[in-house]
Amino acid sequence: MAAPFSWIKPEPHGIYIPPADCWVDPSRAVDNALVTHGHADHARGGHGQTVATPETLAIMELRYRTGAEDDAGEIPHKAVPVEYSETIRLKGGVDATYIPAGHVLGSAQILLEHAGERVIVTGDYKRRADPTCPPFEVTACDIFITEATFGLPVFEHPPIEEEMRKLLGRLAAHPDRCVLVGAYALGKAQRVIAELRSAGHEEPIYLHGAMEKMCRLYEEHGVNLGELRLVADAKKDDLRGHIVISPPSALNDRWSRRLPEPITAMASGWMRVRQRARQRNVELPLVISDHADWSELTRTILEVDAQENWITHGREDALLRWCQLHQRRAKALALVGYEDEDD
Amino acid sequence: MEEFAALIDALVYTRSRNEKLRLIAEYLQATPDPDRGWALAALSDGLDFPAVKSSTIRNLLKDRIDPVLWTLSRDFVGDTAETASLLWPAPKESPSPPTVSETVELLLAMNRKSVVTELPKLLDRLDSRGRYALLKLATGGMRIGVSSRLAKTAFAQSFDVSVEDVEEYWHGLSPPYADLFAWAADGAAPPDIENLPTFRPFMLAHPLEETVVDLEDYAAEWKWDGIRVQLVRAGKGDSGETRLFSRSGDDISATFPELLDVLPMNAVLDGELLVRGNVQGGEAGGAASFNALQQRLGRKTVSKKMLKDYPAFVRLYDVLLLEGEDLRPLPWEQRRGRLEALASRLPASHFDISSVVEATDFEHLSQIREGSREDAIEGLMLKRKDSPYIAGRRVGYWYKWKRDPLLVDCVLMYAQRGSGKRSSFFSDYTFGCWDGDPDKGADLLPVGKAYSGFTDEELKKLDRHVRGNTVNRFGPVRETDKSLVFEVAFDSVHESKRHKSGLAMRFPRIHRIRWDKPPHEADRIEALRALIAD
Repeated sequence: MAAPFSWIKPEPHGIYIPPADCWVDPSRAVDNALVTHGHADHARGGHGQTVATPETLAIMELRYRTGAEDDAGEIPHKAVPVEYSETIRLKGGVDATYIPAGHVLGSAQILLEHAGERVIVTGDYKRRADPTCPPFEVTACDIFITEATFGLPVFEHPPIEEEMRKLLGRLAAHPDRCVLVGAYALGKAQRVIAELRSAGHEEPIYLHGAMEKMCRLYEEHGVNLGELRLVADAKKDDLRGHIVISPPSALNDRWSRRLPEPITAMASGWMRVRQRARQRNVELPLVISDHADWSELTRTILEVDAQENWITHGREDALLRWCQLHQRRAKALALVGYEDEDD
Repeated sequence: MEEFAALIDALVYTRSRNEKLRLIAEYLQATPDPDRGWALAALSDGLDFPAVKSSTIRNLLKDRIDPVLWTLSRDFVGDTAETASLLWPAPKESPSPPTVSETVELLLAMNRKSVVTELPKLLDRLDSRGRYALLKLATGGMRIGVSSRLAKTAFAQSFDVSVEDVEEYWHGLSPPYADLFAWAADGAAPPDIENLPTFRPFMLAHPLEETVVDLEDYAAEWKWDGIRVQLVRAGKGDSGETRLFSRSGDDISATFPELLDVLPMNAVLDGELLVRGNVQGGEAGGAASFNALQQRLGRKTVSKKMLKDYPAFVRLYDVLLLEGEDLRPLPWEQRRGRLEALASRLPASHFDISSVVEATDFEHLSQIREGSREDAIEGLMLKRKDSPYIAGRRVGYWYKWKRDPLLVDCVLMYAQRGSGKRSSFFSDYTFGCWDGDPDKGADLLPVGKAYSGFTDEELKKLDRHVRGNTVNRFGPVRETDKSLVFEVAFDSVHESKRHKSGLAMRFPRIHRIRWDKPPHEADRIEALRALIAD
């Protein structure tokens, strides 16, 4: 019999499963990929075959045109949709089950089972309620491979209602200006819009052009975002007293000069740290993240209660230390290619 | 304290200078004495509470959370006060914030022992934002993008007085600046500083860069390699007191006692503090290297041997006040005349005058400057002959024209995260030169450290390079794969026991990032050693 867990190998470019010849969230193009969610650092283009939730596949098709035909009229990419809780049998007797991760639309943890051993790769996740995706489900396993983007005890995301109050309060105080919210185009933007709607904000919300298609995709998947308009179609004066959402990269870009005295806000977990906000020239920091904060990460490790925790994708050192202090077996993986700057 | 904390937070997140001025002015108008005076002190020069140091805060936190988690957090956040304000365990009772003055009184009353129990009590009375403001206040230096000058300008605007007047009185007063507020806000008589040995703000120079000036209008002086000082004597009759101030206005009198009873009249003099020797400008120059002066700097007490081995003197550049007369409005040429006349009344043992450099034209002057490295002089100053003496840096009046820097190609070895604006970026770089032939297996030895000379865009690329090329971690320090070459500019290089290479650079900064250059082509230690000047 093979050594325990010899069928799962953390490599610099992703988690490799030799018997299935398959990678989880590989950071370069491979023949067979299992993808947890649609963010670019997890879902790269160019794979031969991608197994993911239908929502994630739709996002990838939108971003990479994975459904496009090549010169010969063929669609070279093979998309294999898996619904939440559905199990798919891979080569070499490996089963993969997709479980909600609560991160963005379509995001999943992937439970891998082989020879009676269970491994979960979380991808990115959070434990807060999010109107745009089903919540994280705690699932028992032997090895828990967890992200650690906000793996430092300074990171504590406040309740989102508080941040919405801050945003709407500032908007009301400056009826002649607009509030420009920088938010990651996939997930964060739609969550902020949906939360604004839950907070009773029914005014039209204006979008940077780069947001439009993703918002439409969310709506097609049943997430109601209310009335959305494009900044490009609006006159400067129409924007006064309104919220504008753009990708973080456009905040200090020439694009924002067309806005009426924008108050620059950014929705990100990094906004917890003042200097991070200053580096971005952010006047109104909104601490809103789609990742687990420190207490969620540590709570999740306790609840999942795996024999072993593998930590990746962020500040591994601190979470590793926490595991030591709490007598939890853990090790840090050195995966390359994960970016965390925009959350 | 809530209003002060709100002000600090608002300032942190405000980009516009005018908006910062407005925020501070609004606070100063709305807040009663002495709270606003303490706040102004905190925003400008910073307050000093000897019992509260960064290490005090660190130790308090390490008693409350795991030291490793503290260190990792502090390293990421890049600011001790902010990290502590975020990690401080939330108190059980609801906050009951003190006023700013109560806070200051409590902090002043703390000593090294009591701080351990008293500071936590204060922290427990505040929320996270209040804790941040408290810790910033308590440790001095806010580093929130508000300069001392900006705070004073806000004060001036808030009460419609001139900022020059505020600067003039400022150094004769101390927090919470009751007299200053009485004058500016309530129309009382201006503070009387005439008989106090008070620091007057320095006139500063812009770098010359591409500018060419006409020597009809500008005079040239040497820029000596010492430290800029102001020697002030004030008081009535024989009771006059002399003090020596550094460029930032710090009182360094105690470090140079030999200069405190040699000024025979009341005056405010601007000059270069130097040590006797024959390095700068040779025999005729009469001054030792900066390295020699450095033996004397920063000492609280001075031995007789020190005084004898490194005798200090002031090489005069300018005279601001003389025997009750304010000479600052006069053109430089007239002040120069007064200074030359004055020099004969001063003891030659402790004073001389920085001579004017004669040149036929700018081209000639440029040739003279070329020789300044050989003469171990920092470069030249160009002063407009009709310039009054004005606090701060005014365009067009004074220029500094330093000698060209030395350049050497080094390899990036280690990086550390920066603080403040650069928090969480790997922005502090240690670099080295080859200790022999790299193709025959020679090692790199660290020769210096730099954290400036690159743009924000370059910083992002460098940060990415460090993250992507880390081969080792030593706590907060990342060791890189030694694949990147920096062209490092520096002013001079000296023997030093502090570094393994035995060398120390002065003012090293990244001149160019040589993404293109293979590391084995970087310079060797010998090349750097050959540039030692003293």
